[in-house]
Amino acid sequence: MSIIYFLIGCSVLLALVFLGAFFWAQRNGQHDDLYTPSVRILLDDEPDKPEVKK
Amino acid sequence: MKQAEVDKQTTCYHCGNDCAGEHIEQDEKVFCCNGCREVYSILSQSGLCGYYSYNKHPGINQAKGGKRFDYLKEPSIVKDLIDYSDEKLTIVTFYIPDIHCSSCIWLLEHLNKINPVIYHSRVDFLRKQVNIRYDTQLITLHEVVSLLYRIGYEPLISLQDVVKKQTADKKDNLIKKIAVAGFCFGNVMLLSFPEYLGISAYEQSFKQFFGWLNLAFCLPVILYSGTGYFKSAWINLKNKVLNIDFPLALGIAVLFVRTVAEILTHTGSGFADTLCGLVFFLLIGKFVQRKTYHHLSFERDYRSFFPVAVQVMDGETEHPIPLANIKVGQRILIRNNEIIPADAILLKGDARVDFSFVTGESVPVNKVLGEVVYAGGRQTGEAIELEVVKPVSQSYLTRLWNNEAFTRTQENRAQTFSEKMSKYFTIVLLLIAFGSLFVWLPVDLSRAISAFTAVLIIACPCALALSTPFTMSAALSIFDKNFFYLKNTAVVEQLAHIDTIVLDKTGTVTISGDTSITAHITATDSEKQMVYSVCANSTHPLSRLICQYLNNYIKLNTNSYYEVPGRGITADVDGHLVRVGSAKFIDTTQVESSSAKKTEVHLSIDEKYIGYFTIQQRYRDGVTTVQSLSPAYKLYLLSGDHGHERESLSSVFSMDDMFFERTPQQKLDFIKQLQQNRHKVMMIGDGLNDAGALKQSDLGIAITDNVNNFSPGSDAILDGRSLKKLPKFLKFSKDALHVVYISFCISLTYNVVGLSYAVSGKLSPLVAAILMPLSTFTIISFTSLATHLAAKKRKLL
Repeated sequence: MSIIYFLIGCSVLLALVFLGAFFWAQRNGQHDDLYTPSVRILLDDEPDKPEVKK
Repeated sequence: MKQAEVDKQTTCYHCGNDCAGEHIEQDEKVFCCNGCREVYSILSQSGLCGYYSYNKHPGINQAKGGKRFDYLKEPSIVKDLIDYSDEKLTIVTFYIPDIHCSSCIWLLEHLNKINPVIYHSRVDFLRKQVNIRYDTQLITLHEVVSLLYRIGYEPLISLQDVVKKQTADKKDNLIKKIAVAGFCFGNVMLLSFPEYLGISAYEQSFKQFFGWLNLAFCLPVILYSGTGYFKSAWINLKNKVLNIDFPLALGIAVLFVRTVAEILTHTGSGFADTLCGLVFFLLIGKFVQRKTYHHLSFERDYRSFFPVAVQVMDGETEHPIPLANIKVGQRILIRNNEIIPADAILLKGDARVDFSFVTGESVPVNKVLGEVVYAGGRQTGEAIELEVVKPVSQSYLTRLWNNEAFTRTQENRAQTFSEKMSKYFTIVLLLIAFGSLFVWLPVDLSRAISAFTAVLIIACPCALALSTPFTMSAALSIFDKNFFYLKNTAVVEQLAHIDTIVLDKTGTVTISGDTSITAHITATDSEKQMVYSVCANSTHPLSRLICQYLNNYIKLNTNSYYEVPGRGITADVDGHLVRVGSAKFIDTTQVESSSAKKTEVHLSIDEKYIGYFTIQQRYRDGVTTVQSLSPAYKLYLLSGDHGHERESLSSVFSMDDMFFERTPQQKLDFIKQLQQNRHKVMMIGDGLNDAGALKQSDLGIAITDNVNNFSPGSDAILDGRSLKKLPKFLKFSKDALHVVYISFCISLTYNVVGLSYAVSGKLSPLVAAILMPLSTFTIISFTSLATHLAAKKRKLL
């Protein structure tokens, strides 16, 4: 059953990685604006082509 | 198909306004005004017509006149506005109130296509901000702002920078603390499970290992996440205040000490799970309580209303000077629609000043040369020159902000229920804890200590600390759905305690600038022209309204013009004697009158009565429902303007409780006097002239027709449409308070149950670990459910 020591070590390490990732996102300002990206994703990127006359 | 064509013909392609009358066409599209057309042509030249594809008519009407941003050429002003600048790059954040749809986001994030030297722009929709990065060498701030203005997104630039203030106050890392506490809580729960289920004898080595790990996870919780409670408890103890943080800090400390002791001595498994859970839930409660409205500001003062800079005349040249640097004796130039920032003497020009900020009267007042014009007035008409006689901060309106009501902190308002109760709670808790210690002490020392600590652990008022935040934040979001925005959760409780309501008139009871005038006259065109010519000479508000009504006549010469203040005008126009004024002034037997409650202007020409005008201010929808508050709440009307409407308002307010011609300072003093008579006063106002009264009152509500417009500093902002719901709001705030009382009782019940285990000295970690989250979840679900039911009952949902 000594494998438990190893498994717990792994799980704690993994959890720490996620905690670190959360801190990184927080510091990067990824949680500052939680609304605009949801709108932005619906806006199309226009291809850079010259204006076509209709 | 036909329908669509009609639609296209009459509404502006840019802003969607009706333009049935005059309109301008370009590219087969119709525009209501030149401004809208210009925005369209800028966008179409830059290939940004996608703007119009996401929403129908996304634009803002551009009919309002030109605006100058000359002051943005002044380096000292620019320095205060930008976030960062070096030789190549400048970063600036603007607050743009007009941001309202996805097209706005799209356009503002494509500024680069209009001008490539703007590298990057990013919109924060809820804050209505745009962050722009541009090349310092190739474009100036002035040009960036002008560009935004040209495409219809005028940034709101004010001295009291809304943008920076809001980012400054989130430095206490609450989110990070919650993350750490949540991380530790989850892991500790996982490691505690074997203990709950029982560890067999040959696996005892695991038990110690789990214990040590649990202890390790407790450390960040105690040393990082929970530090706020220790600090707060310590500060409050030093100030001789017992608040809820004291028993909480005590509980956390005891939990930790006992956990350490049990694990080090191998006598038990400790309370690591309870400790981490407690801190985690408490911090979540704190987070919930801190609801912020990013797009609203409750802390505005006169600087938000005043311009950033004023044009100062220096000999023949003029240049902008920041408002704070204006000195007595300087000559300032005020253009149309600009606000006079300091008390000044009129030197040149035709001053027609709109004092609606100061008095509530929106009809412009004429000033003669040499007269003192008070700060806060808005010039309408041509540019005028004035000489400053008082510095900005000492001027008529701004002097109000030197009052103590503005310098005192918010803290000394009424204590909240949980603050009051936690004092008694702490005392009783300590009594029980020491009681059980002394009862067991003669019997068994270890049992005495165990009972003592168990009491402190089990009675730790976690559920109690959460009941107020969860109830109040649920209430806050219900108010918010009804367009009533409260500054923080404590305001809900203030609202429940109000017994006196004071309302401002202009803009609060009435809709500002919205008067209706009806003519009951039988007159020929030439007679109407005569009336127009007489009224055009007068500056009386009613005369101005009549002139607006009869606007397409040419003014005739008047002789022997004579105005009796407050009564009427007599004048000779082309040999005809024209009389305009009150029924008594006209003095003919023919006078007919519809009702005594309206403002009327009667007319006669050559002693022949030709009819009258009725003039009425439009009242807000809610005014009649406000009246229904009357027996339960004392209602007052406090107005800055004259009492013409005393009669028509007497249906809502009793005659003795209406006060007119009050200066901003008198309004503040009136509130103070009510408070000295032990009334809890709620002030509802809209303008800068109410700012003092709003601040002084126990609960100041700023009413506005557009929440993005500037409203004076207050505790709450109410959308004008929801004034009629005010009685419901007041009832609901009382319901919310009742929910807090009940949840308080529930959490006390849990405490009593837990205490019966604790005093015996036999508290198992499992009981503590179950009881604490159970009581927390009960409270959270009860409060949110009960608050929503109460809202349903009051028809606010």
